[in-house]
Amino acid sequence: MSKYYQEAIETASREQIKQWQDERLVATVKRVYENVEYYRKKMDEAGVTPDDIKSADDLHKLPFLTKADLRDAYPYGLMAAPLEDCVRIQSTSGTTGKRVVAFYTQHDVDLWEDCCARAIMAVGGTKEDVCQVCYGYGLFTGGPGLNGGSHKVGCLTLPMSSGNTERQLQFMTDLGATILCCTPSYAAYLTESIYEKGLRDQIKLKAGIFGAEAWTEEMRHDIEEKLGIKAYDIYGLTEISGPGVSFECEAQTGMHINEDHFIAEIIDPETGEVLPEGSKGELVFTSITKEAFPLIRYRTRDICVLSREKCPCGRTHVKMSKPMGRSDDMLIIRGVNVFPSQIEMVLLNKGLTSNYQIVVDRANNSDSIEVLVEMTPELFSDTVNELNVKEKEITEALKSVLGIYAKVRIVEPKSIVRSEGKAVRVIDKRNLYKQ
Amino acid sequence: MAINQLSVFVENKKGTILTITRAIANAGVDIRALSVADTQDFGILRLIVSDTEKAKAALHEENCVVSLTQVIAVSVSDVPGGLHQVLEYLAEADINVEYVYAFITVSGKHAYVVLRVEDNDKASELLASKGIELVTEADIQAL
Repeated sequence: MSKYYQEAIETASREQIKQWQDERLVATVKRVYENVEYYRKKMDEAGVTPDDIKSADDLHKLPFLTKADLRDAYPYGLMAAPLEDCVRIQSTSGTTGKRVVAFYTQHDVDLWEDCCARAIMAVGGTKEDVCQVCYGYGLFTGGPGLNGGSHKVGCLTLPMSSGNTERQLQFMTDLGATILCCTPSYAAYLTESIYEKGLRDQIKLKAGIFGAEAWTEEMRHDIEEKLGIKAYDIYGLTEISGPGVSFECEAQTGMHINEDHFIAEIIDPETGEVLPEGSKGELVFTSITKEAFPLIRYRTRDICVLSREKCPCGRTHVKMSKPMGRSDDMLIIRGVNVFPSQIEMVLLNKGLTSNYQIVVDRANNSDSIEVLVEMTPELFSDTVNELNVKEKEITEALKSVLGIYAKVRIVEPKSIVRSEGKAVRVIDKRNLYKQ
Repeated sequence: MAINQLSVFVENKKGTILTITRAIANAGVDIRALSVADTQDFGILRLIVSDTEKAKAALHEENCVVSLTQVIAVSVSDVPGGLHQVLEYLAEADINVEYVYAFITVSGKHAYVVLRVEDNDKASELLASKGIELVTEADIQAL
């Protein structure tokens, strides 16, 4: 049984991969320049024409694209295919409450699902397997992506979506799930529940594909040991397609980027300069096979390292390390992107001071976020009841913007630590990134 | 006939009440009565003091959030059923009590009861008409 979904592509020679990238980049740039006003303007401003892009070596001449561009161009500004050819959207939260929407043609969905199928087969998935997908389904890409990949491999797919742990465990044991796809924190939570309910002997899992948030090697070893499985990382972002932009193989030493679809660069986040191979810097992606929503030099804000060392798995595609941090202040809480600016906006809208602090922690493998707000004379009331009501109002306003629950704690004035006159906005106690 | 009460926001953590009592002591102000309402994370310290303005200024200096609340205080005979009678009058008149706390005077014959109600004027009038003695700001200062 092959461990590759598309062996010829996944093990292609470097020359072959380079040739694909050259051809596809040139074609993509030409297409977006001709069809997408937003790109044409950006390129004109940068003084680049499609003629300047003769191969992937010319990629650095093109301007970057950021999340702000995606918001500016919302919703249709970056569309490179006619709307009638699109069959799907997926979406992610944005900084100002406005979401980022990505469009897919049927061909785009197919290629995305191919990427996920590669990830599933890389962890040993075959048509004999039962693949339990407990990423959220809907606008979030996790569920739909792995679901499609699982279909392509031919696994029996359990489209569980997230939550409802009782039911997850029931299907896992009754239907003998062998591959588990979810966030690492939910995997750890499921592991705990399996032990609490004494179900360890009844599970048949052999592998897990855990992504959408940062996790440590310690967490990997813990889950692997407790469940007797191999735990693999998977990486992706909605803007680029979703999970499966890169995935781990049996070597578990980084994630192979699907280079026939995406060109990866590492840049200095300060200067934008492309850094030499092996340097640590910000990951930038260019999608070269997308019809509806191709992104040129999209800055992920994830800090990582690329490696072209020969991989024992036989795949020739470049490997990226686990993200080692962010070049912006985005937090990932239970798989949801949270920006401190979103929280600040809610507090200011409520007439509160901008003296706040965000404390992120992970207890029992579940992320928690607490927002400390300094008491003001306007907020203060002499009865507990009224204060509770006010606290609840803030909590609800935060939930509607962030999409997740954040505990609000009102603290004494001037009690939030300021360093050099500037408040420390975020305290992340999870220590997810090993520098 | 309402009297002034200071309400101070306090976090549930070590030493916060200490800061407040120290500030009031240093200002040379006497605390006549004190009560704390607390939740898991925070509390509200309520104080009746000999010099409200002075205490308030001292607490501001300590960065405390302080508010001035008008409450009523009544003098109740220190006998069984004394407070009950007062609360029953208010209940009959459909006046809600947000909170209540009591303190005993030096003479020991009367207990002073502080009441936070929805409508101070209505409650004061009602209780006075029932022969309940209302405590004035002057009474508090004279204690």
